Amino acid sequence: MSFLSLLNLSKRYGESLAVADLSLEMERREFFGLLGPSGCGKTTILRLILGLETPDTGSIEFDGRDITRLSPEQRGFGMVFQNYALFPHLNVFENVAFGLRARKADKTEIEERVRDALALVQLPGYERRAVTELSGGQQQRVAIARAIAFQPALLLFDEPLSNLDVALRQETRGELRELVTKLGLTAVYVTHDQEEAFALCDRISVMSEGRVLQTGEPRELYEHPTEIGVARFLGRNNFITARRLTSSNEATGQFKTIDGEHTLTAKIGGASLIPINKNCTLAIRPEYLIISKESPKGNENALLATVREINFTGATTAIKLDAQGLALEALLLNPDGLSIGDVRIVQLPSDHIAVLNQG
Amino acid sequence: MRDEGGGMRDEERTKAMTSIHRSSFRIHPSSFIPHPLSLILAVVLLYGVIYPNLHVLTASLEVNGSWSLENYRDALSHSTTFEAATSSVVLSLLTVAFCAAVGVSLAFLFERYTFPARGLFATLAALPLVLPPLVGTIAFIFLCGESGILARFVQWLFNMKSAPWTLRGWTALLIFHTYTMYPFFYVLTGAGLRRIDAGLAEAARSLGARASQVLFRVILPQLTPSLIAAALLTFMTSMASFSAPLFFGGDVRVLTLEIYNARQRGDAAASLTLTVILAVVSLAALIFFQRYEGTRRFAAAAMKGATRSRQPIRSGRARVVATLCGVLFATLLALPIITLVLVSFAREGTWTTSALPNSYTLANYARIFTQTDASSVFINSLLMSGLASLFALIWSFCVAAVVTGKRMRFRRLISFLVLIPWALPGTVVAVSIIEAYGQRNPLTGSFILVGTFWILPVIYFLRFMPIVVRAVQASIEQMDVSLEEAASSLGARAWMRFLRVRLPLVWPGAVAGTLLAFVIALGEYVASVIAFVPSNQPVSIRIAAEMRDFNVGTAAAYGVILILLIAAAMLVAGRLERGRGLGAGG
Repeated sequence: MSFLSLLNLSKRYGESLAVADLSLEMERREFFGLLGPSGCGKTTILRLILGLETPDTGSIEFDGRDITRLSPEQRGFGMVFQNYALFPHLNVFENVAFGLRARKADKTEIEERVRDALALVQLPGYERRAVTELSGGQQQRVAIARAIAFQPALLLFDEPLSNLDVALRQETRGELRELVTKLGLTAVYVTHDQEEAFALCDRISVMSEGRVLQTGEPRELYEHPTEIGVARFLGRNNFITARRLTSSNEATGQFKTIDGEHTLTAKIGGASLIPINKNCTLAIRPEYLIISKESPKGNENALLATVREINFTGATTAIKLDAQGLALEALLLNPDGLSIGDVRIVQLPSDHIAVLNQG
Repeated sequence: MRDEGGGMRDEERTKAMTSIHRSSFRIHPSSFIPHPLSLILAVVLLYGVIYPNLHVLTASLEVNGSWSLENYRDALSHSTTFEAATSSVVLSLLTVAFCAAVGVSLAFLFERYTFPARGLFATLAALPLVLPPLVGTIAFIFLCGESGILARFVQWLFNMKSAPWTLRGWTALLIFHTYTMYPFFYVLTGAGLRRIDAGLAEAARSLGARASQVLFRVILPQLTPSLIAAALLTFMTSMASFSAPLFFGGDVRVLTLEIYNARQRGDAAASLTLTVILAVVSLAALIFFQRYEGTRRFAAAAMKGATRSRQPIRSGRARVVATLCGVLFATLLALPIITLVLVSFAREGTWTTSALPNSYTLANYARIFTQTDASSVFINSLLMSGLASLFALIWSFCVAAVVTGKRMRFRRLISFLVLIPWALPGTVVAVSIIEAYGQRNPLTGSFILVGTFWILPVIYFLRFMPIVVRAVQASIEQMDVSLEEAASSLGARAWMRFLRVRLPLVWPGAVAGTLLAFVIALGEYVASVIAFVPSNQPVSIRIAAEMRDFNVGTAAAYGVILILLIAAAMLVAGRLERGRGLGAGG
């Protein structure tokens, strides 16, 4: 039994289906991410978990109990809102104490817990300040302190960093993860920022149009996407349309690219049941392409290509290549010795090629 | 670089999406309304709005115990009825035209340009809004009437034998209506102009549009919702106008006056029929108005960004002209009130043929404050308006709570029912309540409201609670929805959410709205004159009585005190309104 289970949830608003028959399992002490473009239903899921919405179908189980019909105040989950939702008429102390007062905690306990929470978010001594005079980053910390002060069973984050500037966002990100781990909390974190999700979460569900495309650890999602939607959403990819040459029950498969008619070998993950002679999409990250002057050993997936463009972007340099009709992009740390028009061997290592299900 | 740009756009889109998301999610299970509130709502709307109005309708269709259109045939066969209806509508349309001309130009002048003392004039321009119609009417008579200050002055100046004009009929009504009602156009157009994104006009200019094109193709289309709202407010206020036609309408017969006269004659059938006709015209206007409200919301959503900056008038001569216009205008606005103050110090019976009263005294005020009979009308008015607006305040929170929990269709219906008494002329509200609760009826049994102390507070409540409801709803709409959601996530139950989050945040706006309702009720005359109980007279009835007895000084003194009370209340309301920036949230 998982700590939190979403079972076949659906939620419809008028014509649009915000969540479509979605199931997820989260474990105790897990930092779980919901990642997807705007409008994919991730915030709706958070609101369903918190109890601000009731699902049209399906149920939510928490710690072995069905909580689908409970109101938010009965659930006792903490939430950090995107706009913080701090009470403008209350000072920092009263904001943080709000959840404790709702639970009728006694005075000394309230003071102690508020002080601890503020210390945890590194705002000690801010009790009497008005929340309206705090900076965005400080308001954010108060919002977190308020959500953890009453020791919630589950902590929910709705894009909490999106209103901060880039430097502050990265700093807060690190502190947030540390805090959740230190307190041993379970967290669900909604974001559309891939980097943020990767840096924070133990596991991530990538969502699109109310469904989960793929759930996994960040690295797994990045390197072995199984859905074209996941590969498109996470970072850059070379997408190659190819026809399958060998039967589907082998661990490695042979593919013929439509552009350039190259034969490529790829490792096939579990889900890729693509019949022979059918077209499919292969994906390889630009940073995994190897450009060299000589053919590699075994000659696997080595293509002759002409350098078309060299774009310096800072840490890396993007190289656009033309492999006899097949357009490819490679990222190099060191582009020394390459110039436009050079002819090189480009290799696509077979264990970095993902065979994708068509979304 | 390109990627980052794309990312930022995405982020903005997300924000926009979630905000749309949020606002459409107002209904959530935790805000399920306890039944008692819905019950209160249903009872008040049934007793206060549905039953009285239906009663008037059915009573007007009943002749000797059977259904008949005879009353209408009868009423419409009299040329007077038809004449009254047309007069009312034509007067109101003309009023709208004149008010639009004055109000819109003033709004442009004050919103688009800065010149010395602009702020003072801009505030003064909204002044007639808070002037009780009856007090305005008598001030106007003192100033412009045939024996008023202006007429006497002109007469003296040109050494004429008789007054140069009589303040009677169409011209008088139109001048007075324009003076008292142009602020609707002024205030709403001003607000519309402030909301318009200056960037839009600049964009139009950058696309090569000339100033006139910018005005007609960019600014006016965005102002349309404000203009329509102002036109309908003006129209309805003018339809409901009673004091002015009563005192100087001359032979212009308007519906409100005809209803009053029919009641004075004891012709119940005619008064009911006319009431229904007046109600139908007013409600038609309300429905028209509600229809356009949707567009206003759309317009407001499209307008975020920098506010339009005012241009200083640089050329010296233009500045002088603008300032002179301002001074002249301010004087015009202030003249009736100055006159009122002056007359309030006039010794009774001494102001007969001279331009200005020739002897002054404090006796008028002294009498009001020392005679219990005179001061009791103030206590009556304060008590009745106070009760009405207090109930309106509590009621508004009930409405807001029920309305936010309901589906769209119910919400529309409730909002419409709540608005009805506001859209109906005071005369109609008074007649319908009196007719419905003047005898035994199925809803109240043997209790008869008419003739008791409560008749006026009830009518005041019904007439002015829509103002408070609107103020409370506007404040709630301004409140960030996620605040109550956050409170809920922190474990606060419905009561705690209400007491610790909603109430403190909505309070300033709610109190400001309540004070507005209070001051309007304080000077109420139209409905009071139909429903008042002799033992419990409000101020307005006393003012009218003093006028009838030619005690102009005392009448004016009452008016001045009323204005002072109103000014004090408005000052407090304005303070609260300004302090509300707090409620905007993170």
